[in-house]
Amino acid sequence: MIAVGALLHVKQLSRSPFEIAIALFVPVVQATLAVYLFRAGGEPDRLLEAAVGAGLMGVWSTVLFGSGGAIQSQRWQGTLEMIMLAPRSPALVLLPVTLATGITGTYAMLATLAWGRLLYGIPLDFAHPVAFPVAVAGCIAGLGMFGLLLASSFVLLRHANALANMLEYPIWLVSGMLVPVTALPGWTGPVAAVLPTTWGARAVHEAAAGGPVWPALGGCLAISLACLAVGWVLMTYVERRARVAATLALA
Amino acid sequence: MGEHAIEAVGLHRSYRSRTGWLRPQRREVHAVAGVDLAVRHGELFGLLGPNGAGKTTTIKLLNTLLIPTGGEARICGFDVVRQTREVRRRIGYVFGGDRGLYDRLSARDNLRYFAELYGVPGREQKRRIAELFALVRLTGREDDRVESYSRGMRQRLHIARGLLHRPRVLFLDEPSIGVDPVAARELRQTVAELAATGTTVLLTTHYMAEADELCGRIAVIAGGRLQALGTPAELRHHADGRRVLEVQAYGVTDGQLAAIRARPGVREVSLAVHGAAQLLGVQSDAGVDVQADVLRELSGVRLGRVTARQPTLEDAYVAIVNRAAEPTPLVGGVPA
Repeated sequence: MIAVGALLHVKQLSRSPFEIAIALFVPVVQATLAVYLFRAGGEPDRLLEAAVGAGLMGVWSTVLFGSGGAIQSQRWQGTLEMIMLAPRSPALVLLPVTLATGITGTYAMLATLAWGRLLYGIPLDFAHPVAFPVAVAGCIAGLGMFGLLLASSFVLLRHANALANMLEYPIWLVSGMLVPVTALPGWTGPVAAVLPTTWGARAVHEAAAGGPVWPALGGCLAISLACLAVGWVLMTYVERRARVAATLALA
Repeated sequence: MGEHAIEAVGLHRSYRSRTGWLRPQRREVHAVAGVDLAVRHGELFGLLGPNGAGKTTTIKLLNTLLIPTGGEARICGFDVVRQTREVRRRIGYVFGGDRGLYDRLSARDNLRYFAELYGVPGREQKRRIAELFALVRLTGREDDRVESYSRGMRQRLHIARGLLHRPRVLFLDEPSIGVDPVAARELRQTVAELAATGTTVLLTTHYMAEADELCGRIAVIAGGRLQALGTPAELRHHADGRRVLEVQAYGVTDGQLAAIRARPGVREVSLAVHGAAQLLGVQSDAGVDVQADVLRELSGVRLGRVTARQPTLEDAYVAIVNRAAEPTPLVGGVPA
């Protein structure tokens, strides 16, 4: 059920002309931003890291807006009520949706690296060429699970997009996707440590630039599974609240 | 309980809203205010009412999408609040309009996805989906994207989706809204075929002819309460002792309507707009001829056809709904 659901949601998401245009345009902007930041910082030898960081930002944006946007668009198209009416656990119904947004996020990573190579000549010399795709896949699976926790709030709130806008920049900044966590103020450390995005980003960076990939990836997946468990319980509560508050439909 | 597929006792649903920050004002709206309902297994039951009467809210309370603020309801003996999953296994829900499907997926992919969600076993899915495409006459268009479908085709696909898991109770919420007459007739045919196979159907509609043709019993809801309940023939008695005068007119004013309403013997007045023309309906006591009075009130207005006829189910419905707007509503039964 999860596999078929995720596959069909990927199909539904990837056939939107608007989404395709965004997916083509945003990685160019992000790759450019990353390259100029690192060049200005006098670290031209770390351009691959910059491109990978920018790709991670794209993955995060896709998962965040995907989870929120998918719930919101399902509400708009009247399918949210239909899927929540299924005789299944509400978390099981929504997990394929959030996993699908993670899978479509892969495109952001690939496109950012491709644009970085084409436009700025960044060499794609990964320190761990085998571990890199595994780390990216693990990071995406983890973010998909984290997405379920986010989706629970989106089910309850009719104005889910506002919440998504609020979370985008702080999370990628604190997670060290582009700027190392060590460069941030000390108080952000504990926040970063509990976010699966931090560990996922670290695993992908280690695979690209060299370093121990698996502990970071393990951390990402462990925290993501915890998010999945919390999201699972929360979703049951939230579904009931949504039926009390009548927020599954638009009106 | 055993003989009823749907049972509701004192069903109530209210919404609270708050406006303003400095001086917040709270408002409570009673969308459904104490509905009692019992629908037998295999019955095709109609729920009629004007916009905002509480039809959709009643259906959403019965199909578990909303939690009642009062009363209780059971589907096939299962409580809609406490035994949600048991209820959901036994029901299908279809609503009218363009929404509720994945437009960028094919019709087959839509049904495949919902078959997974509703737990149709993998080995049975292909056969069941093919059966349903045949039932709703969409064979040959299965692999087209839903965005290329007409409204009538979407509506038939909705019905197929609602039937995937062979529900014992099907909720049809205004399924024929916005579809053309030919597609509406096909829909009615599909619904009648379903009822003939023993599926319990609760149908809400605005169209009197549809309810008259399909439903064994009809409940009229207005103001969140059931105002009348009975077979179409029984409901027609609500207009007994009346006659109806219909006048095609162009430019009837509110003042003229009020004057007609005030004439002795006039019971109900309605005005419908059909293109450039208006159709004025005046229900009066059978023993009183109001035609001359009505035409006098309409002096100066361009008139078309004028006809007098016996009341129909629609006239009875108008009488019931208008009576509901009066201070003391009539609940249940037909007048003695």
